[in-house]
Formats: sequence, structure tokens, C-alpha cells
Amino acid sequence: MNRLDAIPIQVEDVGLPHRTENLQPLMQQVEQALHELVEHGAETVIDLSSMPFSEQDEKDLRARLGAGEVNASVMAFGPTLVQESAFPGVWLVEHQNAEQRRLTLQLVVARVPEILMTPPDDLPDSLAALRRANAESFDTPGKDVR
Amino acid sequence: MTDDKTLGERLRERGVSRRGFMKFCAATASMMALPTSMIPRVAAALEQARRPSVIWLSFQECTGCTESLTRSHAPTIEGLIFDHISLDYHHTLQAASGDAAEHAREAAMKQNHGEYLLVVDGSIPLKDDGIYSTIAGITNLAMLKDVAAGAAAIISVGTCAAYGGLPKANPNPTGAASVSEIIDDKPIVNVPGCPPIPTVITGVLAHFLTFGRLPELDALNRPKVFFGQTIHDRCYRRPFYERGKFAETFDDKGAREGWCLFKLGCKGPTTYNACATAKWNEGTSFPIEAGHGCIGCSEPGFWDKGGFYEALSKGTYGSAEGIALAAGAGVAIGAAAAMGSRARQAQADRKEEK
Repeated sequence: MNRLDAIPIQVEDVGLPHRTENLQPLMQQVEQALHELVEHGAETVIDLSSMPFSEQDEKDLRARLGAGEVNASVMAFGPTLVQESAFPGVWLVEHQNAEQRRLTLQLVVARVPEILMTPPDDLPDSLAALRRANAESFDTPGKDVR
Repeated sequence: MTDDKTLGERLRERGVSRRGFMKFCAATASMMALPTSMIPRVAAALEQARRPSVIWLSFQECTGCTESLTRSHAPTIEGLIFDHISLDYHHTLQAASGDAAEHAREAAMKQNHGEYLLVVDGSIPLKDDGIYSTIAGITNLAMLKDVAAGAAAIISVGTCAAYGGLPKANPNPTGAASVSEIIDDKPIVNVPGCPPIPTVITGVLAHFLTFGRLPELDALNRPKVFFGQTIHDRCYRRPFYERGKFAETFDDKGAREGWCLFKLGCKGPTTYNACATAKWNEGTSFPIEAGHGCIGCSEPGFWDKGGFYEALSKGTYGSAEGIALAAGAGVAIGAAAAMGSRARQAQADRKEEK
């Protein structure tokens, strides 16, 4: 017997949801975080990987948050999936590795999650690279455009 | 051997962008169980982190601890952290063997004296002058003392190095002992587990890289961030326990419906570890999620504490009389075990504070 399907075991899906009952306090924490963003501009990141949170909890959370206007993916050290919720300012950010396994799942309460913003240190490098590209493409010496 | 490149430079050489680095830091902070507000500090520290020399000694062990750490399919956070350290000696992983391997260890010890990290897996036999386990003709006991003398700190990986583990189980024919029973003049971190969770091993390394010091420890020298709570505290089956719903056998309705495994011997209420949140196999699941109770493998002497399928209420752990009195009282069974465990932890913490 060398095949998994040859093993006479039937996996029974009883279809019963496991809930940790952490959803309600989490939603209240998100409400408080959104209040802080509105009143003081303070951003909050909640690491869902650090608390007991079942698959069913996550389904319930996604159902409660709904989907907003922005759905983005970032390819950096594996994919990152960014979904704005139906409550603007509340985002679900899932970091995955190159094999598309989850590293962390975060609830981000911010105008824009940091992962979507260009890192400041990339800007000078970007300008230099664009100048080089233009100089090579258009056969003109790269110089400052002011 | 060590070089002057920082972790940030090394990651960028491997094509990891700055945005990818921030993501790496977010995942690392999560792995270290740090609050998300610490992510910028982690990023700044890791960006500048230099490559530490690590000497890994494997004594009376089964290689399960090394397997645990290296069995990831890459590229994982664990892999990147592990790649960053300069692993100057590990007789299972290194290409060199014989004299060349031992010379590499001696050279690393000399070059990085007082600064290298010593990782130990496996227990150390003391009986008959430690003759029951040797490497290159050197007893584990002599090698441990020699290498520990120049180490900045020691990480005891796995229950064998931390507490003696299976080799120390009754009748302990080799006189197996833990690292901390032999070395008492160096900072020692215990990362128990049979095997330990890979993210916990690398979490301790990452903490050292990030902050230049070892993490805060409990009374048993375990990192509090990973061992501060019991499996039971964070178990997704706990709502069933709270309602007094327990599986009685492995194939009854309760087992099929995912009820609490306490009566089937689960040691979750007395076991401090991060399995319920860190999980195994890149976050796939952990033993309780697979339908088997926790066997308490990260606790001292777990092998000699009675049957894995004996409920805690049978008195295999802690105060037998106190817990047994609660037997048959549903929720009270687990509550008694958990309270007993908490009382011991609190007592240990008070002792630590003194």
C-alpha cells in the first residue's frame, strides 16, 4: 500500500463551525481603533495571528467587515493581499510567503496600509533609475528636471 | 565565518525589496509575539543586525530539533533568519567531517571568543564520566564545558537539552542531565519541546539579532513571549471545555465534533507552549487540531508523568489529591488542573522575583 487513497479511512466532514468567541471583543477593538483614527489620526495594526482565531472566526470576521472599493496585491517576498472593508479605513492585510502560505493576517486601521505606500528610501533610487532609463532610451544626458 | 554585511544588505542581495523587508519585519515581530507597534523598531534593528557566529552542539538527541528547524520548504522567515547566522559548527548539517569539522569549531571559538552563541540540542550523560556519548573522542560533558566557556549565551533547544528529556526518563541509564544542571555561569535560554516549534527557535535568534540580548525569561528560563500561557489558555477548543463538553473516546460524537480532549489525557492546562497560536507545518495545525491531546512535551519530566491518555484529574500531574477531588465535576476538572498549574507558575515567578 503506497498510495494515500488506498488507505481505507474516510474523512468525515461534520461541518460544525469552531468559534473561539473572540470576534465580538475584536470588533469592539476595531471600533475603538477607528475612533482613534478619526479623532487623532492614530493608526492601529492588530495581529490576528497572535490570538486564538479559528477559520470560522475569520469567515465571520470577513462577513462582518464586507468588501470595500480597494482590493490590491503586492508582490514583495511573496504576495500580500490587501482588502479594504466596507468600513473605509479598516483593512485586512494578509502577508504570504513565496509558496503562498500565510505569514500573518493583520487588521489595519489606517487611511492606507503602509505596505501599499512607496518606501521613502526607494524614491531617490527610483529617480536615479528613471533618469538612467530615459537617458538610454532617448539618447540624452540625464539631468535634473526642475 | 562572520562577515560585515548586515541583515538588510543580505536580504537585498537576495532580491528582497524594502517593501519586502518591511513585510519580513512585520512577520518577524509577529513570530516574536511582539506588539505591532514594535515593527518599526524591529525593522531599524534588523536592518543593521550583524551576522552572529553560532556553534550548535548535538548530544544525546534524535535530530528531531534540527529537523524541526530545517524542514521548511523555503523561503520562510525561519529560513531567512537561519541563513543570516553564521553556523560555524553543526555536525549534522556541515559538509566538513572528522578533523576538519572539529578544527572549524575550534577556529570559530577562538575568533569569536566571548561573542558566539552556543546552541545545544540533546542531553548530556554524566554517568561513568560521560563516556556514553562522545564526538571525535571527546565526551559531550567535556565539549559542553569547553565551548560554553567562551559563549556569550546558550540556547538549549528541545526538551532534552532544557530538562534532560527522554534520555533522562526513568531509569536514566546514562545519567543524562540538562545543560543548566552543568553550566551555571552563562545566560541560558530553554526552548523546550519535543521538538520545539521552529518559529520559537528562530524567534529567540531573531530577538537576539534585534535587541542584542536574550528575551525575558520565566522561572524555568523559557522565553515568556512564547511560554507565558498554557496550550489550554489559547486552545480553540476551550469554549467546549467551558461548557463542559468533553470527548470521552477518540471515535465518539464529542471527538467528531471537536469537543475538548481533556478527559482523553490532554495536558494542555498544565503545559506552557505556543503550539495553539504558532502552530506547526507553516501554520497548518497543531496536535489538538489534529484530534490528539497535548502530551505536555515542553514540560520537565513529561515522559515520567503518567500515561498520555490519562486525564489530569487522575493525578498524574501536580497535586493528585487536589485535582482528583474535582473528578467527575465537568468543568471543575480542568479548572483544578489549570489552577494548580497557575499556582506553580506564580510560585515560580515569585521565586524568580526574589
